[in-house]
Amino acid sequence: MAKRKTIRTIPQARTPMPEQAPEIRITNFEEVACGYRLEDALLEAERCLDCPDQPCVRGCPVGIDIPGFIRKIAEKNFHGAYDVITDTNLLPSVCGRVCPQESQCEGVCTVGERLEPVAIGRLERFIGDRAIAEGWTNLPYIERNRHKVGVVGSGPAGMACAADMAKAGCEVTVFEAFQEPGGVLKYGIPDFRLPNSVVDAEIEKLRQLGIRFECNTLVGRLFTLEQMMGEMGFSAVFVGTGAGYPSFMGIPGESLGGVLSANEWLTRCNLMHGRDFPAYDTPLQPGKHVAVIGAGNTAMDAMRVALRVGAEKVTCVYRRSAAEAPARAEEIHHAQQEGIDFQWLTSPVELIGDEQHRVRAMRCERMELGEPDASGRRRPVPVAGSAFEIECDMVVFAIGTNANPILGQTSGLKLDKRGYIWTDDTLATSIAGVFAGGDIVTGAATVIQAMGAGRRAARAMKAYLGLRDTDAVYLAAPTDPAERLFGIPRRERGFARVHLPETAS
Amino acid sequence: MSDFEIVARSDFSDVTFSLEVRHPLMARAAKPGQFVIVMEHEHGERIPLTLADFDRDKGTITLVIQAVGKTTREMQQNCRVGTRLHALVGPMGIPSHIGAAKKVICVGGGLGVAPIYPQARAYKESGAYVIGVLGFRNKGLIFWEDKFRACCDELILCTDDGSAGIKGLVTEGIKQSISAHADIDEVVAIGPPIMMKGCAEATRPFGIKTMVSLNPVMVDGTGMCGGCRVKIGEVVKFACVDGPDFDGHLVDFDDLMARLGRFRPTEKAALEAWQESCRLRGGAGH
Ligand SMILES: Cc1cc2nc3c(=O)[nH]c(=O)nc-3n(C[C@H](O)[C@H](O)[C@H](O)COP(=O)(O)OP(=O)(O)OC[C@H]3O[C@@H](n4cnc5c(N)ncnc54)[C@H](O)[C@@H]3O)c2cc1C
Ligand SMILES: Cc1cc2nc3c(=O)[nH]c(=O)nc-3n(C[C@H](O)[C@H](O)[C@H](O)COP(=O)(O)OP(=O)(O)OC[C@H]3O[C@@H](n4cnc5c(N)ncnc54)[C@H](O)[C@@H]3O)c2cc1C
Ligand code: SF4
Ligand code: FES
Repeated sequence: MAKRKTIRTIPQARTPMPEQAPEIRITNFEEVACGYRLEDALLEAERCLDCPDQPCVRGCPVGIDIPGFIRKIAEKNFHGAYDVITDTNLLPSVCGRVCPQESQCEGVCTVGERLEPVAIGRLERFIGDRAIAEGWTNLPYIERNRHKVGVVGSGPAGMACAADMAKAGCEVTVFEAFQEPGGVLKYGIPDFRLPNSVVDAEIEKLRQLGIRFECNTLVGRLFTLEQMMGEMGFSAVFVGTGAGYPSFMGIPGESLGGVLSANEWLTRCNLMHGRDFPAYDTPLQPGKHVAVIGAGNTAMDAMRVALRVGAEKVTCVYRRSAAEAPARAEEIHHAQQEGIDFQWLTSPVELIGDEQHRVRAMRCERMELGEPDASGRRRPVPVAGSAFEIECDMVVFAIGTNANPILGQTSGLKLDKRGYIWTDDTLATSIAGVFAGGDIVTGAATVIQAMGAGRRAARAMKAYLGLRDTDAVYLAAPTDPAERLFGIPRRERGFARVHLPETAS
Repeated sequence: MSDFEIVARSDFSDVTFSLEVRHPLMARAAKPGQFVIVMEHEHGERIPLTLADFDRDKGTITLVIQAVGKTTREMQQNCRVGTRLHALVGPMGIPSHIGAAKKVICVGGGLGVAPIYPQARAYKESGAYVIGVLGFRNKGLIFWEDKFRACCDELILCTDDGSAGIKGLVTEGIKQSISAHADIDEVVAIGPPIMMKGCAEATRPFGIKTMVSLNPVMVDGTGMCGGCRVKIGEVVKFACVDGPDFDGHLVDFDDLMARLGRFRPTEKAALEAWQESCRLRGGAGH
């Protein structure tokens, strides 16, 4: 037997990923990080210790067999690596790019205790991209059953659920309100982070599993969930409609021209190609001095898009400090490199307009951190007499979203007190046969958490339909930290587990 | 869901036309007061249009469109019987509440004439006495008079120049109806914001409930972009999911009108660029 690798025998430095220089990339929408070349991937794969206890797998909300796929890369069996990943995750090119690995798999990687952790996300992306480039698929043998399953919403939650149900033999139709499937991946996250072509390629793989996508379909209004479960003949329905309804602060001046939500800004730019106006018809009207409120991934995306469509100055206004900013570390870093001006501990109090009813400045107050609040973060408190103005001709609100009201208005779904869909531990809703997951249940979260929820709901749906749980065999043995992190009962994952429902302990 | 084929078209004037589009599911689901979002082609803009009519038996919906800017003019030029829309989604919005009102005035101004039709018909079907007040700039622009006569107990036409019906704005028609009938329960008004504002002011002194259908700039129509936010009293609502019908006495029309103008410079540029390219193409072809 070969000698076990140790932390001392592996390449000590993490293999860097080639990146576009900041001054170049702010002039285009090409990807910032260019991806590993073959030799980079092989080198990085050498850094995995193949730990017996596999902390990384537990850190992954869908439990990808991480050492398994990295081992296959090291053996140059890329096809095999792809099969290992796609047994649990159908969107490796997406997740490899946008998952917050630093707080998930890489955050608990053993190598990370002494050196930089294995670049799991980059390796995942490497495999996913290779599969797209070379047209690989991992089509399982599917035994058809008589069940028709409907999925509402084509974001990551819906896609993950649809894939599992299709693999279990159901006839799956995904309904999407927009003209193209993909959810936030398509309309929200910009091309320089996640090209729409990558999302399209991953969706194409779902089509190969036999999943149908019906776009231009607003469920709740064109037909109701009850109709789906009744006259339309669906045996079960999954709702993954996301939490799109944008929040504003309620400060004076929000209805001025040039003031918009990050969702509107990003949708106009990404899905509707406003940046290619007039070749595309949707107007963008980018500002010269743009102020974005918030410091999550959405805010970073909104700011970096603004830079790329010609803003001269972009300011991030956030009421807490950098340490509390919810965006991925890598995104904040990239934004800083690109020259975005961060005003931490700053809160807007009023937007000021000109005679044309367009915004011309934002009045702000400096904040300091006081006692911790309910979220455990220190509460920002205004500093008396610190008001000042930021000149701006565009203001983007990226301060979070709420539940979309349509399905609540049109069906008998029980909602929680904030308007999100209520589910039990198996993700079953109050309507028999209807399950829900992703942002519409938890509130805004992450791509992989939404996928995890879609897969969890799929298991419950299979149990509900009396189908054999086909993916249990792929999953690693359960233990705990991710359960605490992501609220996903890991016990569901065990080989031995046969029946749902189970509840988190 | 459907391939969005255009099965009929009629032109009411040089700027208004109607399209009948096949979409059986939508024809079944549609209710008065709702709207759709259309994309004419792959590079197009998503634009909201009211469901002016729907025929459940034929499985079609009808849109009435006024060619004002690039997208609507392009549709006027390209949407012929047999062509297809790239995208059509809906019905959107909360259906109008057709309550137990016994006597209502349905007011349509300009393009609002089309969307008021399903409401007038629904009120008639619910047993109400329906007074139609329709405003046009001149006689030549009048359309659907017969359709309205069929569902209104009284029909008052108003034209700006007096070429048909009474001379004046729809508010004149409202005043006449109110003085002729002391027992109006409700007024429903659809049209340009300035007209709806006028209607709301005309009924305010009488305390008659007045519903209006708001038309802010929309992108998705599903409550996701917040572009359609409107001020209703002290609160902000999203017209696409909380409306588009609101109590006219609470609407901040000035705010609505200011927000409608927010893309005007770009819209103008788009229209000019498009007209230029049409001239070029036309020139090359002839
Ligand atoms: C700008 C931005 C950047 C982000 N960056 C990251 C990141 O870097 N990493 C990360 O992990 N997460 C990121 N997130 C969060 C992540 O994208 C979301 O958590 C995830 O997409 C949620 O997935 P979902 O499937 O629940 O819903 P969504 O992706 O929101 O998809 C819901 C879909 O349902 C459709 N829909 C809604 N209602 C209906 C209806 N009634 N009928 C039919 N269809 C309907 C919507 O049109 C939409 O396509 C980001 C989010 C945004 C907005
Ligand atoms: C709920 C609703 C129902 C509507 N119903 C109809 C209808 O039945 N028939 C009809 O002809 N028009 C209707 N409209 C208006 C129609 O959407 C606009 O005329 C159209 O978007 C203009 O596009 P354009 O490119 O031709 O013109 P543009 O050059 O883009 O704009 C011309 C003017 O139209 C308004 N406008 C532009 N974009 C939008 C938008 N996305 N949403 C709303 N207004 C906009 C602005 O005031 C603008 O100044 C409705 C609007 C709403 C919100
Ligand atoms: S924790 Fe890190 S080193 Fe250990 S198996 Fe996972 S990726 Fe490899
Ligand atoms: S149109 Fe986007 S929220 Fe209403």
